[in-house]
Amino acid sequence: MEWMVTVNEPGKTFLMQGNEAIVRGALEAGVRFAAAYPGSPSSEILTMLGHVADEMNLYAEWSTNENCAFQACMGASFGGVRALCVVKQNGLLTIGDALHTAALSGCKGGVVLLTADDPNAHSSTNEFDSRHQARAAGIPLLEPATFQEAKDMIVYGFELSEKIGQVVMVRSVTRICHGRGNVTLGELPESPSSPVPIGEWDKLIAINWFHDVLWAKLDQAQELFEESPFNWYSGPEQPELLIITSGTGWLYSVEAVETLGLEDKVGILKLGCTWPLPEKLVLKYLCKSPRVLVVEEVDPFLEQNVANIIAHNPGLNVQLYGRYKKSALPQSFELNPDVVLNALATLMDITYQSSKTGEVPAEAVVNIPPRDLTFCAGCPHRASFFLLKQTLRIHEGNGVVMGDIGCYTMGGQRAGHFLLHSLACMGAGINMGEGLGQLTRFGFNQPVLALAGDSTFFHSCLPGLVNARYHDSNMLFVILDNSATAMTGFQPHPGIPVNCMGQPANAMSIEKIVEAIGCPVTVADPYEIEATTQVVYDLIKKPGMKVLILRQPCATLAVRSKGRRKVWVDPELCRGDNCGCGRFCSKTWGCPGNIWNNQTGKAEIDEVVCVGCGVCASLCPAGAIKVEGGEA
Amino acid sequence: MTMQLSKDPLNVIICGVGGQGNILASELLASALVEKGYFTTVGETYGASQRGGSVMSHVRISARKQYSALIPRGEAHIIIGFEPIETLRVAREYGNSQTKVIFDPRPNYPLSVLIGEAVYPEIEAIVKELRYLCGSVQVLEATRLAQEAGNAQAANILLMGALTAMPEIPLQAEDYSQVLSQRFKGDVYDLNQKVFDLGYKQIAV
Repeated sequence: MEWMVTVNEPGKTFLMQGNEAIVRGALEAGVRFAAAYPGSPSSEILTMLGHVADEMNLYAEWSTNENCAFQACMGASFGGVRALCVVKQNGLLTIGDALHTAALSGCKGGVVLLTADDPNAHSSTNEFDSRHQARAAGIPLLEPATFQEAKDMIVYGFELSEKIGQVVMVRSVTRICHGRGNVTLGELPESPSSPVPIGEWDKLIAINWFHDVLWAKLDQAQELFEESPFNWYSGPEQPELLIITSGTGWLYSVEAVETLGLEDKVGILKLGCTWPLPEKLVLKYLCKSPRVLVVEEVDPFLEQNVANIIAHNPGLNVQLYGRYKKSALPQSFELNPDVVLNALATLMDITYQSSKTGEVPAEAVVNIPPRDLTFCAGCPHRASFFLLKQTLRIHEGNGVVMGDIGCYTMGGQRAGHFLLHSLACMGAGINMGEGLGQLTRFGFNQPVLALAGDSTFFHSCLPGLVNARYHDSNMLFVILDNSATAMTGFQPHPGIPVNCMGQPANAMSIEKIVEAIGCPVTVADPYEIEATTQVVYDLIKKPGMKVLILRQPCATLAVRSKGRRKVWVDPELCRGDNCGCGRFCSKTWGCPGNIWNNQTGKAEIDEVVCVGCGVCASLCPAGAIKVEGGEA
Repeated sequence: MTMQLSKDPLNVIICGVGGQGNILASELLASALVEKGYFTTVGETYGASQRGGSVMSHVRISARKQYSALIPRGEAHIIIGFEPIETLRVAREYGNSQTKVIFDPRPNYPLSVLIGEAVYPEIEAIVKELRYLCGSVQVLEATRLAQEAGNAQAANILLMGALTAMPEIPLQAEDYSQVLSQRFKGDVYDLNQKVFDLGYKQIAV
């Protein structure tokens, strides 16, 4: 419940989403500038900051990409204000160069870089562990273990950043960002941080002369971490086993110790400051136990840094367990209470039995159908993928389609008839397509297509488009323009006339950008299946670099603004299995709104799910699907 | 106010399909619990699915401390299912012989069923397996009742009414209503309050 982030009642406890807690922390720290590009599980943070920008007298923007966002934060910091940059793990990788140079120049106003990692890749292509980038760039790293810490560490992070003049990374994960828990509010400042004039000799220079300065800042952070309230030990004086843990691993560890009744045998060193490690504190407890289990998400990062301390202190006699080489925990994927419970039980040589009971007799076991991810009811991507597949399969048979990142990534699965040949990162499709399209000169004769959404177009396809046009690759770049960053929750992008603070913005036209670089561009409506199929067919026959914009607003958004039209099946006209269409509407079209009634043997519309786009009505060979108002 | 729970932590799973209002329902429940002074953690698993994928919220309630966002396997005390096969999927992993289940029997057909590769199981068969896996199973036609009351989309709040009426949940109907009134206004509030009461009456003794 977003309203609570601006409530000025210190000491009051609310249920907060982790992302709300992060927003609250930024407000308590007096953040003046915030920038991000949407990416699950972080997207709610900047959306909320945009909503409260006016009230809290701050500036927030959905930047065109993460690099813009981060370097804008560095600029704002140079102007003396506190700046928050929010990225997910993939976004962090796109700002690699910017981050490593920023670490050399340092910052003026505090800069907190919030990374939202996605262990298990629930809504990502990978589960990259952002913490490596903090160590690689040489900046301090904080890891919240609870919703409360998610708030408190943002405040601490800004203070630390200004104390040492360095960017600070706060690394959250999906279970915090998208979880909810008790958060007790702190005080909001009278006003946010204010700009400070930049003098003639104030510089923001990233050059290797400052490499030693960077290390000195880390040493300073390390000294502060030795006393930080985010690190503490609980357990017996001489534990048989010491758990060292960070982030969400801490709650799993506490629960495992409690469930197994090991409170007097196992101690827990909970660390919130994980780079650089507070070495004196860690050493103090490493001396107390012969065996150490490290519990963390995802990579053995903390584990290897602890191993480093052990290696530099030859007197220690410690056996280390963790995720490295699966010595106690799995090497990949997300932790959960069970894997930690089982790992601890195994190390302590006891058995853990869950409450799970009762065998189901074989004949009573139901076959549960899998639930693939699919496009929403009425999604224009369903129409786009259907018509692209139809064009390539029926007319050409051998087209190659390079994918990109967005809702349409699901087009590589059943929902899009397995159309996509590639999946990589933001902006990858057009670049790979460009390379493939250059092979025509060597006899490669398959049509080459690349797809991207409108937000991805602005994020990272512009240099690729210029490259493909300049080198005139033989390809068709299809922009699936649904006028939204739909996957992450409809954030605005440079094609949308209202920004995240609700103010007017200078929206730009994708086709005018494409025209400006001299590239032929066609705009078509994916809902007009037949006509647009012909357009695609004609375009792939032409040599050189072409762009096709398939434009139709996201159906989930459209239904909110336009309401839903009623769609129904006329049972008199539906011929059921005698039609010869092979249950086209449900089996081939596959929209969740088109269901099959096994009792009547006829098609039906699920009125709870249907958004009323009416495209199925235009495809039904019997004309049995009817749309309120007549026309589809 | 006594802060005591029959089980501490009390583990509740609310599951369904993206778009059914699962997350909102669990958020409102947890807000009411925090308002009462309980430590409440909600873990949401929904991945990339804006709509149409499996969605599951773990709600962990404690009078003592904050628990992690995930319930261990086999340790759910209550499962509230917005969709039949999703209820079964969750019961197999998290249910035990004491678990209480309430679920809406209205199917939301997955793509595999729409395209004819899989068959949606009969509700009776789902109930039968659930009875082996869990302690008690109750079918509640939430979507139908909500539809009759004015809007099928309100089935989520109807099921929250049913959940709030369970003796394990340390809330009175008014506690949830208070959160509803903070969150909704006008007709939307009236409808939600109406279906909440409907659901509550289905379970309350």
